[in-house]
Amino acid sequence: MSAPAKLPRWAELGLLPLINLAAALILSGVVVTILGESPWAALKLLASGALGTQEGIGYTLYYATNFIFTGLGVAVAYHAGLFNIGCEGQAYVGGLGSGLVALWLGDRAPLLVVLPVAIMAGAAFGAAWALIPAWLQARRGSHIVITTIMFNFIAASLMTYLLVNVLIKPGQQSPESREFGANAFLPAAHELFAKIGITFSPSPWNLAFAIALLAAALVWVLVWRTRWGYALRVAGQNQSAAVYAGISPSRIIIQAMLLSGALAGCLGLNELLGSQHRILIDFPSGAGFVGIAVALMGRNHPVGILVSAVLFGALAQGGAQLAFDLPKINRDMVVVIQGLVILFCGALENVFRAPLAKLWPGRLARSPQPSGGTPVPR
Amino acid sequence: MEAYTLIVLTLAATIRVATPLLLAAIAGMFSERSGVVDLGLEGKMLGAAFAAAAVSAATGSAWAGLGAGIAAAVMLALLLAFATVSQRGNQVVAAMAINIMVAGLGPTLALAWFNLGGQTPQLDGPGQRFTSLVWPWAGTAAEHPFPGLLYAQLLSGHNLIVYAAAALVPVSAWVLFRTRFGLRLRAVGENPHAVDTAGISVTGLRYQAILISGVLCGVAGTYLSTAASAGFTRDMTAGKGYLALAALIFGKWKPYPTLFACLLFAFTDALASRLQGVALPLVGVIPVQAILALPYVLTLLLLAGFVGKATAPAAIGVPYAKEK
Amino acid sequence: MLPIFYRHRLLSPLNLCSSVVEKSVVPALELRAIDKRFGTVHANRSLSFAVAPGSIHGLIGENGAGKSTLMNIVYGFHRADSGEIYVNGRRVDLGSPQDAIRAGIGMVHQHFMLVENFTVLENVVLGVEGGALLAGGLARARRELEKLACDYALAVPLDTVVSELPVGLQQRVEILKALYRGAQILILDEPTAVLTPQEADALFNMLRRLRDEGKSVILVTHKLREIMAITDRVTVMRQGVIVGEVATATTSPRELAEKMVGRAVLLRVEKKLAQPGATLLAVRDLEVRDRLGVARVKGVSFDLRAGEIVGVAGVSGNGQSELLEALAGIRLPTRGSITLQHHDLVREHLGPRERRALGLAHVPEDRLRMGVVSNFSAEDNAILGYHDRAECTRGGWLDRAAIRKACEGKMAAHDVRPPLPTLRISAFSGGNQQKLVLAREIDVDPRVLLVGQPTRGVDIGAIEFIHKKLVALRDAGKALLIVSVELDEILGLADRILVMNAGEIVGELLRADATEEKMGLLMAGVKSEGPA
Repeated sequence: MSAPAKLPRWAELGLLPLINLAAALILSGVVVTILGESPWAALKLLASGALGTQEGIGYTLYYATNFIFTGLGVAVAYHAGLFNIGCEGQAYVGGLGSGLVALWLGDRAPLLVVLPVAIMAGAAFGAAWALIPAWLQARRGSHIVITTIMFNFIAASLMTYLLVNVLIKPGQQSPESREFGANAFLPAAHELFAKIGITFSPSPWNLAFAIALLAAALVWVLVWRTRWGYALRVAGQNQSAAVYAGISPSRIIIQAMLLSGALAGCLGLNELLGSQHRILIDFPSGAGFVGIAVALMGRNHPVGILVSAVLFGALAQGGAQLAFDLPKINRDMVVVIQGLVILFCGALENVFRAPLAKLWPGRLARSPQPSGGTPVPR
Repeated sequence: MEAYTLIVLTLAATIRVATPLLLAAIAGMFSERSGVVDLGLEGKMLGAAFAAAAVSAATGSAWAGLGAGIAAAVMLALLLAFATVSQRGNQVVAAMAINIMVAGLGPTLALAWFNLGGQTPQLDGPGQRFTSLVWPWAGTAAEHPFPGLLYAQLLSGHNLIVYAAAALVPVSAWVLFRTRFGLRLRAVGENPHAVDTAGISVTGLRYQAILISGVLCGVAGTYLSTAASAGFTRDMTAGKGYLALAALIFGKWKPYPTLFACLLFAFTDALASRLQGVALPLVGVIPVQAILALPYVLTLLLLAGFVGKATAPAAIGVPYAKEK
Repeated sequence: MLPIFYRHRLLSPLNLCSSVVEKSVVPALELRAIDKRFGTVHANRSLSFAVAPGSIHGLIGENGAGKSTLMNIVYGFHRADSGEIYVNGRRVDLGSPQDAIRAGIGMVHQHFMLVENFTVLENVVLGVEGGALLAGGLARARRELEKLACDYALAVPLDTVVSELPVGLQQRVEILKALYRGAQILILDEPTAVLTPQEADALFNMLRRLRDEGKSVILVTHKLREIMAITDRVTVMRQGVIVGEVATATTSPRELAEKMVGRAVLLRVEKKLAQPGATLLAVRDLEVRDRLGVARVKGVSFDLRAGEIVGVAGVSGNGQSELLEALAGIRLPTRGSITLQHHDLVREHLGPRERRALGLAHVPEDRLRMGVVSNFSAEDNAILGYHDRAECTRGGWLDRAAIRKACEGKMAAHDVRPPLPTLRISAFSGGNQQKLVLAREIDVDPRVLLVGQPTRGVDIGAIEFIHKKLVALRDAGKALLIVSVELDEILGLADRILVMNAGEIVGELLRADATEEKMGLLMAGVKSEGPA
């Protein structure tokens, strides 16, 4: 069995992902050239669009907030050895939960009450959407990848039905709910800055970002500083050792998936309460899948996830700018880059590992298991 | 009579909707039977749809489009094979990456080449699409409800790819169960070590399976853009790749049950549009979304073990590494 | 004070085959100076070996002796680093199983290489289907196989799915596969490991038929009973070297056992006489079945007393692993009781965590699979199984500072090197890993300690240290159960010895009464009443 060569920790966590990212970007540049535009110009526009203006930064962080939630969700499941492809559906249904609270309490209670209730509802609905796939995996051995994909589709059907038939604002055509009461609007970042005398260009960046950061901190504490987190990581690494240690793998599976769904379910706070102020169709728009890429690139650690989420947020915002400025490129280019990044940082992550390891001769792997990186599908 | 005509027309629509599902599901069957999870059906179909529509628009020939569609899907399949079999990468991640990448690449290239906001030009010229093939005397037969209407609507009037897909079922059953290749393919998905000890290349077999999957997905995608529609539009596969996978699982990885599953799922789709707003006795109006979600719920029930057992090929999803 | 002798494993190759092969008969298979290394492990050291045609040749040796490696080289799985192979006097190059098959060598592996949901016929023809379309090839194969079945009494229902066949018949399919491909030399690797006694006898009859028809059979095993039962000649291997080759009729189980176990060089370790106290763990009538329902532990009963080391000896695969797992709470017994602190662990369904709370600690046999988490640091491994104890937590959180300090303490007290708690456990040598695992289980002050293979994969220096720790634990009044396949280790540590064979305890000896020969015979399943 050929064990993958080991790299020093900094290369494993920093250099290799960077090389993979560079490869993805280079290939994207190739596509851009095929399209007839200059890859350098595109790269510059991408960077400046994302980080060159205050508005751009605001948008970048607003997109990043979504990715932080779903990235954390995927990461928590991964630590239990599970591949949760269902964050898209869990975010969708979770948003329903927080949206319903917003609709119900938006006119009746102050933000200080609406917010915590909305958070709990979003988390609860998201967790509930992850429960059945979790139970099926733990008790019936049904492959969680397939079941969560199924649940993504069922979520789409469910939400479409609700938005078209139940929640739709009477008299309007587009399938969205009525606007939330003003107390359910999460304050935007530029509004908060204004309160302390700093001017910042308006953008959808809002308080949910702070909640996302808090969630990241909580996940870090939970996974690395609690007994449950320890049990989680043992079960994800080695089921035999877990049983030996008196840990129940099936219980951990269900608990991890519930937490994963809960985290993804908080996406609605950013998108609905923080930006759109109503429930609308397909508001996750792929954030669940980007979350997979974010978690993989961030090595399933909150710090890495934060960095990757901002990166993907920058790609989203920069891509929008790119589509705006270059006539031959549209927003779909962003999706191409996302796909390439996932390909190189996920499936092809070992392609550059061996050549890179040659820089450190003599460092052959001792243990037969590959470190970090892609999870073993269950 | 009204009801009868309605049923026949619905069945005819079912056949047409089932065709791309069937092609993709059989594609997945070959791949998964060899032990490689095939979540990339969606991306391969979409890529083929784009290539076929683009080439057909550019050359004016649907057949050229078919060739391009197959070529595109095969290229994507090879990329997947490289990542998962040769590089032993994670099969799920690789497929997801391809799906996402293709979803973006299609409209991007379409915009650059055709400048139509991400879609390809309408295929309205002669020979740019696969058109219905009307069988002899179908016109006169249609006037007689039974069995004339059945002949006219169910058998006659479909395009070439539909007939090809129908023929594919017995052909794939034959290949899988009556040829040496099929035996080895099934073996490598169950116990690659046994195959390796017998001196057969596991990698070779898996590559072949993935290539077949690519070709069939190519036909499926071509069907979508040059037969079912008149061009490529963004996200036109709309989850059919996953639906095909669900049909494959529901069909327990066997050709005829998979055909049944595809027809069943397609039927729910055809039913959904016809039942929209129609009040049924006893249950009232069933929401169209509920019917559309039915295939996924059925697959879940199967996976949970409530509708019989779905045993995947034993070695599926695990990259093969020589032991000892 | 009774000094006990610490055995070192040194080799003394005895009688290498000199005039084994009569010059007039060309051997069916001959290996000359086969050498193979895997990294630092020298699996085969310049081995020379010959098998006469029309004979059954046994290859015997303990686990790790190098038998499997040698046979894998013959079957083309590995290439030898040096040496030559001759089949019927002709030199052959065996770079792959295909080459071996073409040379007429067939192998029946210990773990069957069968496709579970194919029929017998399909399994046999896989790879030699005889054409792109199956129909013709299958028909031809069917005729061929029916003929083989007649000739060699190898009847197997050809159209039954393999997973529905009992293990004995599955093995026959493997043999048929080899014969169908024209094997003249058949290698069987531990064939009776999964068979019932009746199935084993049927196998032996079959092998005799094959031999009488002129085929050569190599029987790789560690069971002396089989060697004596059907082989014509036997070669003994130990630690990569051939230590003897004789005609079976001229030797005895005792002699073979001696050769298998080997000579020893003595080192002294002091050990006081044991003074056993109260019974701490009582096992009654324990039965443990595996996933397929085969009983691996049958009616085992014994007591563990305070201040005593009980050693469980036996060749691996005779139920010791299952016994250990049942005691630790990892495997559920189907019958029997385990009593600890007035609790029946079986009836009350107490799992590993509850058993730890009652004072039962466990050092598992397979350290890497179960005892440590390879990607975790040393300090995280030092709390495996104990992560919710007060020592590790503070106010509900994991107290990382305390965990680190505790790990440092363990490393110092148990000589774990390098003493870096944050280093990944996989970076430590096997010996140091084991010392840490032992530290983890000892430092919680258990009443009963279960230890499986305490020094597997451990270097010499660490072995002595670990043994000293175990004896010290005994002297502190704890009860220890040590399972080991190393006879020297059992003889060195145990006060009382239980020998397991085929899932049962076939003998119980006090250390003073135990001799190597007695032990060897019991371990090999030979009852002491039989003819020597």
